[in-house]
Amino acid sequence: MIELRDVHKAFGKNRVLRGVNLTVPSGESMVIIGGSGTGKSVLLKCILGLVHPDSGAILLDGEDVETAARDAFLARFGMLFQGGALFDSLPVWQNVAFRLLRGSLKRPKDEAREVAIEKLRRVGLKPDVADLFPAELSGGMQKRVGLARAIAADPEVIFFDEPTTGLDPIMAGVINELIREIVTEMGATAMTITHDMTSVRAIADRVAMLHDGVIQWTGPIAEMDTTPDPYVQQFTHGRAEGPIAAVR
Amino acid sequence: MSVLAPIAALGRLVLSGLAMLGRIAIFAGETLSHLVRPPFYPKEFLAALMQIGWFSLPVVGMTALFTGGALALQIYAGGARFSAEAVVPSIVAIGMVRELGPVLGGLMVAARVASSIAAEIGTMKVTEQIDALTTLSTNPMKYLTVPRVLAATLAVPVLVAVGDSIGIFGGYLVGVNRLGFNPATYLKNTREFLEVWDIVSGLWKGAAFGFIVALMGCYYGMNSGRGAQGVGRATKAAVVAASVLILATNYILTEVFFSA
Repeated sequence: MIELRDVHKAFGKNRVLRGVNLTVPSGESMVIIGGSGTGKSVLLKCILGLVHPDSGAILLDGEDVETAARDAFLARFGMLFQGGALFDSLPVWQNVAFRLLRGSLKRPKDEAREVAIEKLRRVGLKPDVADLFPAELSGGMQKRVGLARAIAADPEVIFFDEPTTGLDPIMAGVINELIREIVTEMGATAMTITHDMTSVRAIADRVAMLHDGVIQWTGPIAEMDTTPDPYVQQFTHGRAEGPIAAVR
Repeated sequence: MSVLAPIAALGRLVLSGLAMLGRIAIFAGETLSHLVRPPFYPKEFLAALMQIGWFSLPVVGMTALFTGGALALQIYAGGARFSAEAVVPSIVAIGMVRELGPVLGGLMVAARVASSIAAEIGTMKVTEQIDALTTLSTNPMKYLTVPRVLAATLAVPVLVAVGDSIGIFGGYLVGVNRLGFNPATYLKNTREFLEVWDIVSGLWKGAAFGFIVALMGCYYGMNSGRGAQGVGRATKAAVVAASVLILATNYILTEVFFSA
């Protein structure tokens, strides 16, 4: 279970997170929605320790992420970055098996390659993609490789940062389905940030709306369309009028 | 506008310069501390060694060849004013190994390597590859900075040694073919006046310059701003900082090595 308690983060005078409280139960898929620049990515980076919060606590199964043993803590996570964040200098299979080729999870090279090809197959890519370089792949294929890398070490928690941004609707649908299937079959806890409402409906068990640095609303996906919360209503229906300023 | 405004502006400039120096010193300290603590990444080190050492050979060699030749011409013309043309071989050799070999070699490597390291790491930063490394339990300092800094520190002295030899050879070619020196006499004078410390001091300078070049490339890459403009600025700053630091360090090391 992931718990965020009164998390604050500012960059200079820009107070991005102003007291975020959120609980993500184990095995659930939580989707955080909110406009651009509302701090969704910062929130994920705070949990991963890539950005340190100014105050508040972030707990993973009751343990404070700021004081946890770094390697063991990170070994429990997988992350799909918005742009894929694949390493240009490495072939696809070494990107996928990156964690399995070094550090505490290191395995023999042949074994790591087999795992990489298996994970590539799981995300719908053929084995001959394994020896290509990221620059030789389309955007959709790069996302799939990023997804394969995120699940390569069978993590307990997976983060997805804008998984469908920049993809055509069909490829976005494929990625959404893959995420849903993988999270379900692995039993992993998932946190996704997106403003793509199709993704939200495909991926989420629960939804949280981040606005003005706080969680404005959280609830099961089934209640998202019926909640009277004006922030959620404006966002989900894409209205220019409402409590969220259109010009930010 | 207050009369104190220019002084305040100057103060801010000095403070920001000192803060920058402090950040670079901390970055250098962190790099050195990671240098002696596992995990190590030998493959990344070998790749960096190839990239920094082997692929810099042509540019360093060409620079040294033409510099050695020009140096011979200049010393001959200057020496002719007081009938001292015979000093050409010895001064070309000493000038190359003590000063021009390491400094020009360092500057050429700065132009080629600091820029490429800053651009590569800067691009990795803006495309979140550095964050991805961290989430994959890999420390970016250990994986990206340490191999490059170590490779440059070891490769540049070798480049300097090769550059010294090529530079002296350039002087020899000009001396023998253009200035009419006897080949055997030219080589004899070169050997006789050159001391071991002349060569070794230049190699130490090369190691210091290699460290500076890679450190600046990594520092500015890791602290690159957003987008193409941010990476461009980081690249430019890395080359400028490395070049200035090479020249300043060269003066300090020359004082340390050769002051009476």
